[in-house]
Formats: sequence, C-alpha cells, structure tokens
Amino acid sequence: MFEICLPVLLGGKCIPSGALFGQLLIGLINGSFYALLSLGLAVIFGMLNIINFSHGAQYMLGAFVAYLMLQYSGLGYWPALIIAPLIVGLTGVIIERVFLQWLYKLDHLYGLLLTFGLALIIEGVVRNQYGSAGLPYTMPDSLRGGQNLGFMFLPNYRAWVIVASLGVCIGTWFVIERTRLGAYLRAATENPTLVRAFGINVPVMITLTYGFGVALAAFAGVMAAPIYNVSPQMGSELIIVVFAVVVIGGMGSILGAIVTGFGLGVVEGLTKVFFPEASNTVIFVIMAIVLLVRPAGLFGRRA
Amino acid sequence: MKKTLGLAALTAMLLGGAAHAQQVTVKVGVLSDMSSLYSDIGGAGSVAAAKLAIADFAKANPNVKVELVSGDHQNKPDVGSQLANQWYDVDKVDMIIDTPNSGVALAVSQITTTKNKVFVVSGAAASDLTGPKCNANTVHWTYDTWMLANGTGKAIVKTGGDSWFFLTADYAFGHALERDTMAAVEKNGGKVLGKVRHPLNTNDFSSFLLQAQASKAKIVGLANAGGDTINAIKAGAEFGLTKGGQKFAGLLVFASDVNALGLATAQGLTLTETWYWDLNDANRAWTKRWQAERNAAGKFPTMVQAGVYSGLTHYLKSVAALKSGADGKAVVEEMKKLPTDDVLFGKGSIRADGRKVHPAYLLEVKAPAESKHPGDFYHVRATIPADEAFRPLAEGNCPLVKG
Repeated sequence: MFEICLPVLLGGKCIPSGALFGQLLIGLINGSFYALLSLGLAVIFGMLNIINFSHGAQYMLGAFVAYLMLQYSGLGYWPALIIAPLIVGLTGVIIERVFLQWLYKLDHLYGLLLTFGLALIIEGVVRNQYGSAGLPYTMPDSLRGGQNLGFMFLPNYRAWVIVASLGVCIGTWFVIERTRLGAYLRAATENPTLVRAFGINVPVMITLTYGFGVALAAFAGVMAAPIYNVSPQMGSELIIVVFAVVVIGGMGSILGAIVTGFGLGVVEGLTKVFFPEASNTVIFVIMAIVLLVRPAGLFGRRA
Repeated sequence: MKKTLGLAALTAMLLGGAAHAQQVTVKVGVLSDMSSLYSDIGGAGSVAAAKLAIADFAKANPNVKVELVSGDHQNKPDVGSQLANQWYDVDKVDMIIDTPNSGVALAVSQITTTKNKVFVVSGAAASDLTGPKCNANTVHWTYDTWMLANGTGKAIVKTGGDSWFFLTADYAFGHALERDTMAAVEKNGGKVLGKVRHPLNTNDFSSFLLQAQASKAKIVGLANAGGDTINAIKAGAEFGLTKGGQKFAGLLVFASDVNALGLATAQGLTLTETWYWDLNDANRAWTKRWQAERNAAGKFPTMVQAGVYSGLTHYLKSVAALKSGADGKAVVEEMKKLPTDDVLFGKGSIRADGRKVHPAYLLEVKAPAESKHPGDFYHVRATIPADEAFRPLAEGNCPLVKG
C-alpha cells in the first residue's frame, strides 16, 4: 500500500491508495444515478425541447410505485423494476397529451414553469398522503451481501446498479444514435413537417419519447429505493445536481449526459474524501467553469 | 331580526358572565413545519396533540376558554417571525408552542420576549434556548442537544464503545450536537478518532462510510437528523458496517425515522428519547386517542408531539391559577412555580433558565423478530434520572440564572 497525496496548494491531504480506489468505485456508482437521470432529461430536451423540471418528482414516483406494489400486491423488486417505469411512463404520456403538446411552439420558459408546477403538485400530494419521513423498502434477497475486493467491501446491489445503469445508457444511446427509429426521431426534431410528409406519425412518436424519458426517471427511482430514503423530497434533492450534469454535458446530448454523469460522480466522490464540505458545491463550480469556457457544454452542438 | 339576535347574544353573554364570574380566554398557536421534512415530527400531529390537551383541560376547567390556531413556518426563520408577529399583534395569540427547527425557534423566542407573551418549545433541539439565548418568556420542554449528546454518548462509552468517528451535518445544529457529544465521550474516558462533515441533505453516504470504516472506530456517531440519518444508516447496513463490528449511535432519531428505516435495517441502533408511546399504559391509551384525532391509525406520535400535549397542559394550568394569560412573564413565572404533572411525562419541574426537566430513556431498536405489534420499536435499556438528563443549571450561561 502506498499513499496518494493532494498537492500542498489544495491542502496536501493524504489517503492510502486502497481507500482511493474505493472512493473511485463509489463515485462511479453515484455517477450511475446521475447518468440515468440526466439521460432521461437529455432525451426529453433533445427531442421535445422541453426542460423537464418534474423529472425529480417522476424519479420519486418510481420509488413510491415500487413501494406501493410491494405493500398492496406483494410484487417485489424485480417486477417493480419493469412495471413501475411503465406506470409512471404512462402518466408521462398523459401529461404530454394534456399539457406539453401545446407548449412546443412557445418559449422554453413555459415548459419549464409547467413541469416545475407539476413537480410541486406531485410532491405535495405524496407528502400529504404518506408524510415526509419516508417509507421502508427492503432489498431483494438475491442482491444482498457483497464482495470483499481487498481495498473495500462492494455490496452486490451497488455492483448491480453500475451494470444496470450502463446497460440502459448504452442501449438508449444505441437506439437514438444508431437505429432507423432513432434517425426518425432526430429528423423529427429538426424538421417535423418533412418527416410527416414521409408518412411518419410525429406527434405519437414525440409522446412516446416523453413517456420513455419519464420511465427512465422512474427506473432510476426503483433502483434507488432499496438504498436511499424513499421520501417525497428525494427527487428535489437530486434534481438540481442532475440539471448541472446535463448543462455540463451539453443540453440534449445523449452521450454527453452519460459521460458527464459518470465523470461527475467520480469527481464528487473524490471531493468527499479530500474536502467533504464542498462535495455538493463542486459540481456547480465545474458547471460555472465549463459554461465560461464552452457555453454549449462539453458535448453540446452550438445552435 | 338581526337586532333581536344581537340582543339575545348579548343577554346570553351577560348571563354567562354572571354564571362564571372568572371567565378567562386564551389563544394558543401551534407554529410548526406543516409541509416539509419535519412535518412528521411535529406538524399536524402536534395540532392533534394540542387539541387533546385543550379537550382534557376543558373538562376540569370550564371557566377557561381556549382557542387554537396553527401555522406553517416552512423552516424559514423570516416566515416564522412574520407569522409570530402577526399572531401576537393582530390575532391576539397569547402563546406559541412546538416549532421544530432551532433557527426558527430562536427567532420566535426573541419576538416572544419583546412582546411579553409565552413560548413553549417542544420541537427544536438547540440547547442555546436555555443557555446564552434564554429569556423569561420561553420554556424548553421536550429535549435538547445537550441531553441527546450526554444520554447517548455517555451510555455508549460506559458499555464499551470508547472510540468514536463522527458523521456530522455541516451546519449549526450538527456542529452543536457534535461538540456536545465529543465533550460527553471524552469526559467519560472515550476518544474521538476522526470526523467528517457532510452537507445537509446528502443523498449518498457510501463515501463517508468508507472513511468511517477505515477509522476502525467502534462507534460511528451520527450528528445529523431526518433524511441524512436514514440514508447513512441504510448505507451502513449495505456496506457491512455493523457486520465489521462497528456500531451506529443515532444522536437524534425519532420514532418516525425508525419507521422509515424499517426494523431490519435499524436494529441495534442506540438512541435517547424523553418519551416513547409504548412505554406504559397511559402512553398507549393516549396514543389511541391521538391516532383517532389525527385520523391516522398507522402513525405513532413522536416525543415532540407528546411534548406539545404536556407543555400546553401545564401552560393552561398556570393560566387557570393566575386567572389571566395576559402577562407572559407572569405566566412563565407561574409555570416555573407549579410542579408539572401530566399523564405523558409524569411529575417534573421547570428550572429558572426555562428548562423543563424529566427523565430520559436510553433505547435500542428491536430486531424484526422481537417486535410484537406495529410501532413496537424499542427496548428500554436505561432510564436517565431527571437531574442527570439535562445540562446542569450553572453550566448553561443563562443570564436569568446569574441574576
């Protein structure tokens, strides 16, 4: 074991290398959540031009639906991982049909305000019903326990989080950037009229895209339920960071959202070791620097 | 017609006045967090407790009429102050009770003393309320940071947990709790191996837990509250902290937090409270009434809500004895003079610095198999007598005590 030290200018704090590997791995795990959530936001912004401020509330809904399924129908974690995103995604479809479809032609601000209002309403209703302290959600037995990696104890569930999140991220990126369906979608964003002329039902496609983005948030919510406190405010605490991730990655860039999601998880993890007090500010410092140097974000295309 | 009604009402009032020569009216306000993170600790449950206190008091004292208002301070000292001012000046409220969130409570305490009203704190933790910031119009009822630190800290060191690592919420409350606990640990022969200060509302504690594991401390002290405590304990169970021979000490844990964690995760956790619903028959009977009033059969009252009942009861007794609630200082004076006695906290007293003293209980969260019915959360490991549970009068630096 050797020690790794910060430059004296940054405090000169030293930690053993094993601890550092542990922290890097943990950063990657947290990055998985950032990546999953920012991916949904990026898809929605990239395809619909809507800044979906209710993303955090929809993440929270995913966790709550999982809890309710366990409570009232005995359906555990694995079914919830599929069904909860479907249910929450469906509510997304309804929101898009009833509200959002009227806003595409207007300024971004209207979509932002509408979704922000929806987030407040959803949170308020859930808090009124279930209180603010949170609800218990147990981990599935198949993912309990963990591996001793020598430098740290890696819980099986966290390993699963990385695998599942990477799988979903790569899958989504592949569908949007490399398949015919994705090509239609991207074309519909650029020029909906022309795409319609080819006989493609653009409004339905857009509706489903929003539903999918929302389902991604709910999926992250179910993933979070066994390890984080399932409470009405769980989404609003996370969503600000996720927005910063999306801005750093470049609004609407799928790859940007994924890479910065994982990257910032690692940066935040390291900050927690060397300067814990700054761990929830570091992402915003990076955001400010990135916006100064590259206003469109690291992976953004200039409009 | 209106005139006749008015006359009738007037006559009724006069007659009533004749029947009860000493009719007293007081107005009390429950100022709490109604919509955010502390609303399960106080909130609507505190209002329900206040209603029960008023109903019980009215049975024995029909000559005192009590009106109740409630409001949401949103955890913002400015909102709380503005509401307190409005209640005192416009709505003629005589006393305010509850008020979780130490920041809001300290602000309301100041306003209360300048307007000479009464403030009974049940929800807030900062021991400064009866320390340097004490005043003649404020009574601190249920618990405080010194009592939490000393109760849990001392007990754990005495049972062998003599090396500590702190996870501390990085703001005034967390710092105070950490400071008080470190003092208690070191005074009793334990040592502090390290600490890490995390931002308020941290979602993921795994990174901090690795640091706590690396410290090899026997006890990981949680100087935080609510969601932070819950997330830290959940992550601890996952990362095998307890299996590695380390133990958590929850320095501020409410029954609602244990419920949110589930016993499987929270089992073995040591904590201190001054009231537990399943402690005796009187508490259980009151809990049933509270659940009916609150219209929530599955919820269990916290010590803060029980404190609202107990504190309001004692306030009303003092008003009845004085036959007036107008002079706040006089009422608090009377509250300190009268011994306290109610079904929930039993017999006790209020000290010169405004500190209500009663026993505290050292509790340990049960394993799921040991829990016989819903809400059966704790083993009672020890009872800390009233004279040891709170900071000695002379050590608080309260100006009222010197003068």
